[in-house]
Amino acid sequence: MKKSSILIILLVILSLGICGCSKDDSSQIKIGVIAELTGDVPAVGASCKNAAEMAVQEVNDSGGIQLGDKKYKIKLIIEDNAGKADQSASSAQKLITQQKVTAIVGPNVSRYTLPAAEIAESAKVVLITPWSTAPKATLDSKTGASKKYVFRACFIDPFQGGVLAKFALDNLKLKKAAVLYDVASEYNKGIAEIFKEVYEKNGGKIVAFETYTTNDKDFSSQLTKIKQAAPDVIFLPNYYSEVPLQIQQAKRLGITVPFIGSDSWGSEELVKLCGKDCNDYYFSTHYAADASTDATKKFIASYKTKYGTTPDDVAALTYDSFGLLWQALKTAGKNDRQAVRDALAKIPQYEGVTGNMQFKEGSGDPVKSAVILKIKDGKFTWFANAKP
Amino acid sequence: MTYIFQQSLNALQLGSIYALIALGYTMVYGILTMINFAHGDLFMVGAFFCFLLAVYFHLSFVPVLLLSMLGVACLGVIIERLAYKPLRNAPRVSAIITALGVGLFLENFTLALSPYPKHIPPLLENTTWTFGTLSISSLQIIIIVLSLVLMLILDFIVQRTKAGMAMRAISWDKTIVPLMGVSVDKIISLTFAIGTGLGGAAGVMYGLAYPVIDPYMGIMVGWKAFICAVIGGIGNVRGAMIGGFILGAVEIMVGAFFPSTYRDFVAFTLLLILLIVRPYGILGKPQPQKV
Repeated sequence: MKKSSILIILLVILSLGICGCSKDDSSQIKIGVIAELTGDVPAVGASCKNAAEMAVQEVNDSGGIQLGDKKYKIKLIIEDNAGKADQSASSAQKLITQQKVTAIVGPNVSRYTLPAAEIAESAKVVLITPWSTAPKATLDSKTGASKKYVFRACFIDPFQGGVLAKFALDNLKLKKAAVLYDVASEYNKGIAEIFKEVYEKNGGKIVAFETYTTNDKDFSSQLTKIKQAAPDVIFLPNYYSEVPLQIQQAKRLGITVPFIGSDSWGSEELVKLCGKDCNDYYFSTHYAADASTDATKKFIASYKTKYGTTPDDVAALTYDSFGLLWQALKTAGKNDRQAVRDALAKIPQYEGVTGNMQFKEGSGDPVKSAVILKIKDGKFTWFANAKP
Repeated sequence: MTYIFQQSLNALQLGSIYALIALGYTMVYGILTMINFAHGDLFMVGAFFCFLLAVYFHLSFVPVLLLSMLGVACLGVIIERLAYKPLRNAPRVSAIITALGVGLFLENFTLALSPYPKHIPPLLENTTWTFGTLSISSLQIIIIVLSLVLMLILDFIVQRTKAGMAMRAISWDKTIVPLMGVSVDKIISLTFAIGTGLGGAAGVMYGLAYPVIDPYMGIMVGWKAFICAVIGGIGNVRGAMIGGFILGAVEIMVGAFFPSTYRDFVAFTLLLILLIVRPYGILGKPQPQKV
């Protein structure tokens, strides 16, 4: 009897807590962020959160956004998807139905973006993913046509995979490649397949095409097989938390050929986890912090003063996603989901901190260039540009 | 030929770590007929102890290994006292759910401290010897030898000492043994300490072999080690060791000779077939239900 009454009191308190927070304020625009704050790639989520908070603070410090004759402050609501696809979906649901946000930025990792994008699309709410490069994110799962409410700030994998294949063939002059990738992850799988296709079409030979599944730590079997196939270069389109293990195990097995990677390498955590082992390898990414324009330099400087680190590509792309959103809001002139979507779809081009983006009518994917970075003494340095 | 030898070495390394973890499952099951699903997460805590001791206290390998084993063993005993002992006479299902809860607690507690994957600095100077196309790293040898030594010590304790005899007796009949003057609580604590301590040692070695650790690392490895314990015959110490090496070998060899995408699929189909042929595991004996 006593226990059950305590339970009831607890439930009442809890439900009060839930109801208490949904007060509406008409002079605010609510923007939701879904980020990978915990889970397998927390560095990605942290960068996204930092850049989002910075972008919103800049707008609020300047008094807010002028829509019609009223200035609106921005309220940021950040949700953690814990590195899980299902939690991504429920975060999106929560932001849309409970928090009633005008638009959502994130998630970043493709396998978490897909479910959230589906929900945003069906609820007719704009979702801009900063970092998800898998083509499927902006495509309708049934018809294959472009989604109407999903946009992104980055290039897509077919472009990136092609850039890397040509880079290995033309710049590095390496004609035999091996690939090791996570077969259970949308992004890794997509880019590995495109790399293979372009590499073979341009005269290269794929000598080993090996897979593993997410959370594997032992790659010795696959790497021994790759060693047997004697490639000139090994392509690892995998996340920064796995790449160090793969490279270290490869070295322990006596593999000495160079490694190349994709934009999923581009976190400073990679260097922390890898130590010296990742030096002198190349990867493609969205922007180079050391070779940049004035607007980018300004962004990098204020990010550095605020958080003490150089912004990685996720941070820069998140900042650009918000830039796109501000522009759409201003063009729309009102705090309305549909109006923001229509304005966003009409932006022909945008000059962001990650370079110039051009949008084609009816597609949420920007056309923009990629850069190849080299890891030199634990620092990411600019090596080459690749135009679309 | 060297290819097969190289893959065998890989299999031995993976298998010895599986075997060490599987021992923890099998020992607890043997004595309590309960599956300690938190064991995989205790293994994870072992790896994090290793990280803390190596990074913040700058200890060398031997003290790191011993202190991590001790730390995890203490944690194991505390968990048994707080979470499992009150449920000793409750239905087994309740105890298993509690174990799952403890596992989730450990994961999320570590996660709350810091969600970032951690890098364990190299505690041992690694040298790689190359013979033609064959590469043997000193780390690989150390992991295999050390695991074997730990398993031999355990086997000695269980088979040749009084405490070991008491453990075997309790797993035989829990109601009669106290009448012979054996303190059941003490023996159960000791079993937990040894079992989780070995899990901690596995965590340290895993951390050395695969030096990027995260709070979720224990889940998959834990499940696989549990499978090892079952195919070896759960409750049987030698069976767990054999099971560990079998799973390691199957995983690596399937990856070596089939497309690696089919690895888990083929590996676990083989294990299923093994269980159909020998439902009690390789060394397990059918146990008639006592009424």
